[in-house]
Amino acid sequence: MKLTVDGRAAFAYTANHQLDAAKRTVVFIHGAGLDHSWFGLQSRYFGYHGWNVLALDLPGHGRSAGPPLTAVPAMADWVIGVLDAVQVQKAVLVGHSMGTLIAIECAARHAARVERIALIGTAHPMKVGEAFLDAAKRNSYDAFDMSTIWGHAPQVPLGGNPNPGMWMYGDTQARLERLAPGVLYADLNACNQYSLTGAVKCPTLFILGRRDVMTPPRAAKSLQEQIPGAQTVLIDTSGHSLMAEAPDAVLDSLIAFLGSGS
Amino acid sequence: MAGPKYPGFDTLALHAGQSPDPATGSRAVPIYQTTSYVFRDTEHAASLFNMERAGHVYSRISNPTVAVLEERLAALEGGVGAIATASGQAALHLAIATLMDAGSHVVASTSLYGGSHNLLAYTLKRFGIETTFVTPRKLDDWQRALRPNTRLLFGETLGNPGLDVLDVPAVADIAHRAKVPLLVDSTFTTPYLMQPFKLGADLLYHSATKFLGGHGTAIGGVLVDSGRFDWEASGKFATLTEAYAGFHNMDFEEESGTRAFLLRARREGLRDFGACMAPMTAFTILQGVETLHLRMPRHVEATRKVVQFLAAHPAVGKVIYPELADHPDHALAKRLLPLGAGAVFSFEVKGGTDGNVRRAGKVFIESLRIFSHLANVGDAKSLVIHPATTTHYRMSDADLQKAGITAGTVRLSIGLEDPQDLIDDLDRALRASQK
Repeated sequence: MKLTVDGRAAFAYTANHQLDAAKRTVVFIHGAGLDHSWFGLQSRYFGYHGWNVLALDLPGHGRSAGPPLTAVPAMADWVIGVLDAVQVQKAVLVGHSMGTLIAIECAARHAARVERIALIGTAHPMKVGEAFLDAAKRNSYDAFDMSTIWGHAPQVPLGGNPNPGMWMYGDTQARLERLAPGVLYADLNACNQYSLTGAVKCPTLFILGRRDVMTPPRAAKSLQEQIPGAQTVLIDTSGHSLMAEAPDAVLDSLIAFLGSGS
Repeated sequence: MAGPKYPGFDTLALHAGQSPDPATGSRAVPIYQTTSYVFRDTEHAASLFNMERAGHVYSRISNPTVAVLEERLAALEGGVGAIATASGQAALHLAIATLMDAGSHVVASTSLYGGSHNLLAYTLKRFGIETTFVTPRKLDDWQRALRPNTRLLFGETLGNPGLDVLDVPAVADIAHRAKVPLLVDSTFTTPYLMQPFKLGADLLYHSATKFLGGHGTAIGGVLVDSGRFDWEASGKFATLTEAYAGFHNMDFEEESGTRAFLLRARREGLRDFGACMAPMTAFTILQGVETLHLRMPRHVEATRKVVQFLAAHPAVGKVIYPELADHPDHALAKRLLPLGAGAVFSFEVKGGTDGNVRRAGKVFIESLRIFSHLANVGDAKSLVIHPATTTHYRMSDADLQKAGITAGTVRLSIGLEDPQDLIDDLDRALRASQK
């Protein structure tokens, strides 16, 4: 659906359903340089299983107008702005990578608007290597290469894609190539600069990939310790692109954590 | 790049798309000779049908063995994914049927395989899709042929029969300025000799029957999408950017972005037209792909030796191969095909003592002992055909000229035999043709 947030055009995928005030709402927040379709299978499932779905394109990504936002707190405020625009008081937030930082920031500063959060492939702090940041700043293709290779488990280029006929590396590259210059850097820099200052008190699920080289499970430990009662699902075979590498495991974990939509 | 590295072409040719089978540990790609797949429960079934979960439902839509070939070709070409089809012709039809409706227009090179020309010039015309054919090296003609309803530019990376080299970057630029994609037939070059996506093409397909399979044992095609063309921004592709009643009002671009084309091609094209690849065929072609990086250099090396021999032979009028300085696309070939201009080429046999070129061609063909006389290319074995006495038998000399060939044109596909044996075979047959 098309929205206007902060005076700019924005887009949220709703799985071809109208929002229904009687249903719970789940918001999917993508990672650096990506868009709503990164959650394709999972967001479609919830849309067809009794939930309101808002799979967002953050500003400057996918179908949402730029420029990109440059700090996680601003991104979190923008997500709350989306909820305001569609008159949803409270939602479940599902974030991936940079989207997980946005989710925890929302949960800490806008606790009344966040029902629970699921964090897929996360780290805190989410420090980005200097070479990666520098390449992104220069809009060098090296940054796309690093994002593609580090963004998947090492076996991905030699293994089978659960999605028949698709090549995960090529898909990631194609998405990154569609970005306007500066978008990937804005995202990565926002991740690099972010530090959670408040407390997350809502129910929280961590979904981590054991073979994640971008946000390895150990990098989520301090955040796990900060959130009392947080649950963790560790997916043995997956790298950082968990929704693509282990789509069913991610979906099943979300189904169990989110419960019923109405 | 300072940092991680991609696997090399040779590694991808052997591994991409397949992990050892989790059920059995099978290292070779298992042949999943099954039509259908048992659902875990009704909920699982519904989720697969509605694209909420990844997996296989029915082998016309996808099959684990076929999926390995698809992913492997996507990896070798640098695309987002691929769809394997019953033939190369099925791949071309699938691409066009996915992109456009009746009332659309294609601009295509004149230098096409005869089957592709027939599909565009006659068959699709019956369904309301028209094609304007242009000489591939006349870039202005591509531009002039564009119409408001043009939806595709199409050519072969190395065209039939004159080995015209398609200037992929230049034609892609024309296509993109018109907000339409460029589709190329990469059969003669394979991803080993050219990766058209790196040059600007948006879609490509192979007749996998040829060099990919490489052994003349299976008919198949593979359609690959770069994922780089922005269908939404173009605004010309309603099949990909508007709700489709045939699949729950899905807007394929909104649903999947970079994967929109392949999603519709699979969910509509394979579902409704049904020109899928059989798993045994995929397995057979995969055996060829695993040695593509070894075979193609050898094909090219042998071709160069044969070309040199023929170019100096007194019974040969002309050799048409882009690596020769007199070929009109020689400079372009050096730029776009640095690893070689393939292993298919043609030459003209001279008339014998009676000056009858058709007769000389016939005698030449019938005198060969190693070359196989048949209508195919890209086999491990060397192949030959004389169009004037076979595929173009009914044509007058004038009509042959319009098709870019003469009564003496002979097409060779150089295989993997000892090159000297091939040269000796050709020499013997050429001498016989001149008597």
